[in-house]
Amino acid sequence: MELAVFVAGAIVCLLGAVGVITSENPVHSALSLVGTLIGVAVLFIAQDAEFLAAVQVIVYAGAIVVLFLFVIMLIGVDRSEDVQVEPLSAQRAAAAVLGLVLAVGLVTIVSLGSVTGTPGTADVADVAASNTEAIGRVLFTEHLLAFEITSVLLVIAVVGAVALARYRDAAFVDAEHPGDEIPEPVVEAETAEVSQ
Amino acid sequence: MITAAALGAMPYLVLGALLFSAGTFGLLTRRNPLVMFMCLELMLNAVNLSFVALARELGDLRGQVAVFFVMVVAAAEVVVGLGIIVSIFRRRPGATADDLSLLKG
Repeated sequence: MELAVFVAGAIVCLLGAVGVITSENPVHSALSLVGTLIGVAVLFIAQDAEFLAAVQVIVYAGAIVVLFLFVIMLIGVDRSEDVQVEPLSAQRAAAAVLGLVLAVGLVTIVSLGSVTGTPGTADVADVAASNTEAIGRVLFTEHLLAFEITSVLLVIAVVGAVALARYRDAAFVDAEHPGDEIPEPVVEAETAEVSQ
Repeated sequence: MITAAALGAMPYLVLGALLFSAGTFGLLTRRNPLVMFMCLELMLNAVNLSFVALARELGDLRGQVAVFFVMVVAAAEVVVGLGIIVSIFRRRPGATADDLSLLKG
């Protein structure tokens, strides 16, 4: 049973990955990425990680890919990349060799090696608590500080995104492509008048 | 819940390795910054898959907690990265990663 789920999820994942790296149109890449993410979510469920599967679908497939698509639409959807062009000679061949070496090496290590380490105290298959409840307990006791730090990180990310998207600087805009027309903030205009 | 640990961690780790290699290849060959970003997400997901497989193999829930943190950091990274990409594309529409050589000596 799990083998069937694994094979199905793995095929979806790999086809999605191939779609991401071969599609000429970025929109097709983003939609292939959804396939991979859903496949990974299926594999999470097959490994009893229901909470992570839900988060995977909601955060990755729901929010991140929609953000990707939003940016693609914002900067122009008609621009598809010519994947035949190779600006650096033999870049693609070198990347293929490197990718193959990486794949073969990782698979060899995984196949030959054995999983070491001591079994943890927080058991995955704890029948007393559901997966979500068990993760919540570990997260809010053992990893509370890390959890709080990630909330700070998210705030910083939001502030950074707003700063990147909002501020206009003289050095930031070149004459040929002035970009979109966002009016100067009113506060700055008033202070400029006052200083004159 | 499906049958308990019928497969073991090995197939998941192999799949994670293949996904990671595919993401690396895409990151090295594609020139559209957005698609390079998507390849980065592929690599992050491959690592997440390995984390969950090993968490089940070792019976340790902390592997899944690590995946949770990876997801949070990935979300923050995507927000900032896409902000940078949008501001780049505002300056020079149609830029590829090869055009961004402003800091080249």
